[in-house]
Amino acid sequence: MNTEALAQLANVGVASATVVLALAWLTHLVEWAAAREVRPARLDSDASLVSAGGHSAGGSSPATGVAAEGETSPSPSRPDRFGQAGLSLTVLGTALLAAGVLARALAAGRVPWGNMYEFAVTGALVVLVVYLGLVLRAGIQWLAPIVTGFAVVVLGLAILVYVPAGPLVPALDSYWLVLHVSAAAIAGGAFVVGAGTSALFLLKQRAEQRAGAPVTTGPLGRLPTTEQMDRLAFQVHAFAFPLWTFAALIAGPIWAQNAWGRYWGWDPKEVWAFITWVVYAGYLHARATAGWRGRGAAVLALVGFATFLFNFVGINLFVSGLHSYAF
Amino acid sequence: MSADTTAPATRGAAPPGGGRIEPDAPVGPPTLSPGELGRWAWRQLTSMRTALLLLLVLAMAAVPGSLVPQEGVDSLAVARFRLTHPDLSPWLDRLGVFSVYSSPWFSAIYLLLVVSLIGCIIPRTQVYARALGARPPRAPSRLDRLPAYATYEVGADSGRTGADAVLEHAAAVLRRRRFRVDVDPGAVRAEKGYLREAGNLIFHVSLVVVLVGVAIGSLWGYRGNVIVVEGSGFSNTLTQYDEFTSGALATGSSLPPFTLSLQTLTADFQTDGAQAGQPKLFEATGTVTPAPGQTPRPFDIEVNHPLSVEGTSVFLVGSGYAPVVTVRDGDGQVVSSGPVPFLPTDSSYVSEGVLKVPDAEPAQLGMEGFFLPTAARGPDGLPVSVFPEATNPALSLFVYSGDLGLDGGEPQSVYSLDKDDLDVVQGDDQSPERLLLQPGDTARLPDGLGSVTFDKVAEFARLQIASAPLAWLPLAGLVVAIGGLLLSLYVRPRRAWVRARPAGDGRTVVEVALLDRVARADPVSDLDELVAELRHLPQKGDLA
Repeated sequence: MNTEALAQLANVGVASATVVLALAWLTHLVEWAAAREVRPARLDSDASLVSAGGHSAGGSSPATGVAAEGETSPSPSRPDRFGQAGLSLTVLGTALLAAGVLARALAAGRVPWGNMYEFAVTGALVVLVVYLGLVLRAGIQWLAPIVTGFAVVVLGLAILVYVPAGPLVPALDSYWLVLHVSAAAIAGGAFVVGAGTSALFLLKQRAEQRAGAPVTTGPLGRLPTTEQMDRLAFQVHAFAFPLWTFAALIAGPIWAQNAWGRYWGWDPKEVWAFITWVVYAGYLHARATAGWRGRGAAVLALVGFATFLFNFVGINLFVSGLHSYAF
Repeated sequence: MSADTTAPATRGAAPPGGGRIEPDAPVGPPTLSPGELGRWAWRQLTSMRTALLLLLVLAMAAVPGSLVPQEGVDSLAVARFRLTHPDLSPWLDRLGVFSVYSSPWFSAIYLLLVVSLIGCIIPRTQVYARALGARPPRAPSRLDRLPAYATYEVGADSGRTGADAVLEHAAAVLRRRRFRVDVDPGAVRAEKGYLREAGNLIFHVSLVVVLVGVAIGSLWGYRGNVIVVEGSGFSNTLTQYDEFTSGALATGSSLPPFTLSLQTLTADFQTDGAQAGQPKLFEATGTVTPAPGQTPRPFDIEVNHPLSVEGTSVFLVGSGYAPVVTVRDGDGQVVSSGPVPFLPTDSSYVSEGVLKVPDAEPAQLGMEGFFLPTAARGPDGLPVSVFPEATNPALSLFVYSGDLGLDGGEPQSVYSLDKDDLDVVQGDDQSPERLLLQPGDTARLPDGLGSVTFDKVAEFARLQIASAPLAWLPLAGLVVAIGGLLLSLYVRPRRAWVRARPAGDGRTVVEVALLDRVARADPVSDLDELVAELRHLPQKGDLA
């Protein structure tokens, strides 16, 4: 297959992945909407089933349970089925995207992160892979609407900075491109998961504070407990932060020393990488500081993610600096 | 086996913790003696909360330096910013916004952070040293109040007499699980995960090392930029630099006296395909003489491949065009001749430049304009460049005559004209005369002011010469810091207690409890596993 055909294939892969992921996103949104409608009814039926089982014959009539099931919805696990369908679509979309990114790499004859378009597309792939990996390991399907939504938005916006496949500019022609950028991308993927978890944590925590009791129904009822989410957010950030330290404060400066003659020069991209590092360091501190645990730390995780996003979007597009070719 | 197990009484997550030790800070400053006030201020400064706030303030303080151009990063951009924002700039100057990272307020924040860091490291190191020498903490009187707790009974027929055998076995099991174990009468206390705090301390000490390394590099280091045109040379002395920044403790006389001469500067660009015009290769070749009297050796500098000479490094950070221009004045005298570097303004290498001719008669001449590597006529009729390589070079100049303002002694940039006392030279139609020259062309200036000849195109290399002493120190500091960070994030300290007491009839009641100082996913399943192993007591019957 020649380069042209590969480049074509890459575009087809990315475009079809975008469509499939958009469907996945929609499916997960329907899952949440269905949870909003169905859950209370399901709880009723659950309750009557439990009571029916509990008092072997007398207490509540089995008819109540049957009526509750028959009236409300064809199946009490409708949200779960949408969730399953969404997950399948996400796997398919990720596979298509991976194929597209691979074809792009082959077409360009190098790692697929030499400009902003490629970084966006590869970054979306990394986010999805991190997410699917954590679905397997930690069962984080409940994060699906956020992750798929994020991936679709990134892939959609990537079209705005599309450039055809081609070789690297000289400044990027270094093996540090592989180390520095891949470490930053994987850390970024984990930051997305961490930020999504922290955002949902805040939503659920606020709802529980208002209700004065644990929320078990509706979309928020599909989430794990706030404690579990808080711990997951920490684990994800504990993975991402050392990697980010390596990408931004070790690999980056070594490369900068080789390419630009100084290891740290307060280039806008460096400044924001530093800001991101400091905010996430603050997040780790906040978790051990009285009055900042939970809510305060979660807000800091979101702030850190905002600085990370601004570094990629804002600094690339609006501020000129040495990194202006890509990330 | 006749033991009986009751379900763990309490289950749940351990309280979070494992952070800095928080001194019990008073709410507000009560009336205090100076000494007490100092101690209060010190405790405030070194508290966890202050460290957190200082981190956030540092992050915010770094922001303006990324949005407003910085003197130390791009002084040309600063000059441009000053021109476009004449009202705002004096205020920004007063606040030090053009050099944020060396401004007093930024320095104050990070110095406070360093003090807070050191003030936290020292007492914590002492606490840690004591903890290393100490025995694991004594078992709490009510183990059943701990988050992960289990109890079971061992029957009379389970071998050697009850409690002691149980505890001996428990100590062995816990040691195998890499706990530090201590046996009291009736109880075993154990603790593990000491490396967490060690990692934490290593991380913070390494950050101090990094800061010290960076400080040394910037105090004794220097960095300079120079434009060297093909065929000319550079010797490493202060006066040769276009731009030079050095640390407070670096002296100009300490520059190693090497010289280099640039033979060729190659800049290749993609000529076809979707990315036509993108740079492909930058390469500077020539010879370098490490010290006076030594024999020159050839060099080859590319982007990402600097030249090392005498402890300094020479980097290729840019390239551009220097049209070779000869100016004759009204008397026909050659008053200026040679390459004039034009600074690229965009990726198509449209370049801006200025030529000052103070010796011209009858009036001084100044020229300002554009160099276009591949000139073409743009949609609005004005010349543009369509490719960064010099395939159809053209020079477009406006000429000014009058007083260049060089006599006042005030330093001027060679890249800008002070037009206060200059008049633009006008053509026959009373509009500013635009000279458009290609190599070999000569243009005669009106009013007998002279002529301008565009001889040929030369290329220049923008070299950066830098020395950062001990640059390996911050690097080593960061590598060690990541190691410490990983320990502090992944080692999870845990305490374990086993208590055994006889309950009559030869039975022994055993209580087991775990306390995690950092929340874990499932301490209870770990506890169940531990209990299973503890209950597998060596049996006398097994031996018989």
